[in-house]
Amino acid sequence: MSRRVLVTGADTFWGGRMVQALEQDPSMDVILGMGAHAPSVPFERAEFVRADQTYSILNRIVKATQVDTILHTFMITNSTTVPKRAMHEINVIGTMNLLAAAGTAGSSVRHIVVKSSTLVYGSAASDPNTFHEDTPRTSPVKNGVERALVEAESLVRDFSEDNPATRVTVLRFANVLGTHLTTPISRNLSGPLCPSIFGFDPMLQFVEEDDVVRALVHVTRGSIPGLYNVAGDGRLPWSEVAGICGTRLVPLSPFSPLKIRPVARLFDLPEELADLLRYGRGVDTRRFAATGFTYNATSAGAVRTFIRALRLRRQSGREPTSYTYEHDVEQFFRHSPSVMGTHEP
Amino acid sequence: MVSGRPVVGEKDRSTAIVPIRVPAEHADEAEDPRLSDVDEWGRSERTRALTRAIYEPVYSKWFRAEWEGLERIPTEGGALLVANHAGAIPSDAPVIMHGIEKELGRPVYGLADYFFRTIPVVGTLWARAGGVSARPANAYRLLKEQHQLALVFPEGTKGPSKSFTDRYQLRRFGRGGFVEIAMRAGVPVIPIAVIGSEEAMPVLMRVPTLSRALGLPYFPITANLLAFGPLGMLTPFPAKFKLRVLDPVHFDVPADQDRYSKSRIMEESEQIRSLLQEAVYDMLRDRRSVWFG
Repeated sequence: MSRRVLVTGADTFWGGRMVQALEQDPSMDVILGMGAHAPSVPFERAEFVRADQTYSILNRIVKATQVDTILHTFMITNSTTVPKRAMHEINVIGTMNLLAAAGTAGSSVRHIVVKSSTLVYGSAASDPNTFHEDTPRTSPVKNGVERALVEAESLVRDFSEDNPATRVTVLRFANVLGTHLTTPISRNLSGPLCPSIFGFDPMLQFVEEDDVVRALVHVTRGSIPGLYNVAGDGRLPWSEVAGICGTRLVPLSPFSPLKIRPVARLFDLPEELADLLRYGRGVDTRRFAATGFTYNATSAGAVRTFIRALRLRRQSGREPTSYTYEHDVEQFFRHSPSVMGTHEP
Repeated sequence: MVSGRPVVGEKDRSTAIVPIRVPAEHADEAEDPRLSDVDEWGRSERTRALTRAIYEPVYSKWFRAEWEGLERIPTEGGALLVANHAGAIPSDAPVIMHGIEKELGRPVYGLADYFFRTIPVVGTLWARAGGVSARPANAYRLLKEQHQLALVFPEGTKGPSKSFTDRYQLRRFGRGGFVEIAMRAGVPVIPIAVIGSEEAMPVLMRVPTLSRALGLPYFPITANLLAFGPLGMLTPFPAKFKLRVLDPVHFDVPADQDRYSKSRIMEESEQIRSLLQEAVYDMLRDRRSVWFG
């Protein structure tokens, strides 16, 4: 069965990787990448559409292209990448518009995959050791990124209740470490000194970068609906993560260290890390494993992949020129009658 | 070694950027990146072994702990250990955990209020030594899914905070949550009666204003504080500890039910409380000296 897939945030790290991964799958007939900026990685056969971040033209795109699947990767889970206001716009308003477009009468969309984060569980002393998909948070929502994700997920939940014919998948990913991705955690682990909160050594769970892509491909290809936690097996204390990465922990005062701006600046300490570095977070991943997904890396394996890639970057020169998107060139390769390539339908 | 870097001159750059790896690539990596043996609960057997080495003299020389009916604790499978709780900073928890780990060689996870997790250093050490916050979901996971021993004090802070004049009078057993968990997990409850804990750190009075100001569940003035000054926080009196393991209580209800009869739970909980209370009285009847047993 051939599929027509639309990927949001194709200009971002995850969107770009998802488009590339789907391009490898011959059953994905049409792949559309949507984004506000030019994509940062080359696409082979996918088409790129520039659209604003709140998807006001999504309705028209869906109608015109008759896509059957929307892969919503453009959810901000790292508050350092965008300003607070923009994060709400992207996660909540963006998701709302996307669902509205997908839910219009006569819509061709049959499957929506949303990339969310285990941030929705929060992190608090009162937490259970392991969060199942149905376990509610035990603490009030404290920061912008969690609030935006919780709101976005509730929109998705409402949508799936109102549109039983559309399959809806929500994947909640644990903190990601891997070869390429840069997050506050990876930046902290990259330096010679790494922040910790004095007297706390939380248990953390990670998922490897490639496993994130594989998990999204897995649910997209198999049209698997549902809500799932995605995280590598095992958990390890923050001190051990730092140990594996060969960085030295700097204990910060446990009395609201992140309010002291210079300290938060010195390290990369967004507010969503404040509680995570105290209480950690663990999730149950059996439900996702039951859909037939196997991980390449455990939590510790993700840390190892990350540090091995970092060591290589440290010890080798600059990577060859990165890709620059040229709209006209890409259009030429896809649509010019002179092109004899294999991409022609 | 597997290199993560794209081979120079590789034609298909996009696959180099998104390696959809076949699982085999990872399978041959033999070395385990883990450096410590901390498990998902934050417990570390190495830390425990070190703690046991340090605590052993306290256990066998200071408290001279003596067990009765230790064979009633199963050597495998989950079981919920339930004990009476006393003394401002209760020594019963470390004594029970130490004793069982030493005698039976199997770990015991101590369930306690999550308040511990919020205290810097203490919370971490507590977790490394086998402390787990007393959430029903945690107990269920330990007992049912991981077949471990979990220790719980159903009196909660009401036990240690009671004053010396109320010694060995067991407080209310909460709302019987421990019974419900044992039912749901399909494991027996094993009551353990402890004496000696009350005299190890007697609570003379409580200062509610201080506890409120410090955000603590209670702030006791102990006899130890009067005797040793601030060091009294850490120094229990050398009362003789005696522990009696009672017969396991099995509930013949199916595990994993959505809900269990509340009255049945309260009844069982009260039953276990009175078993423990009676055992404590019985042991006190036989005790000639607080210090020598």
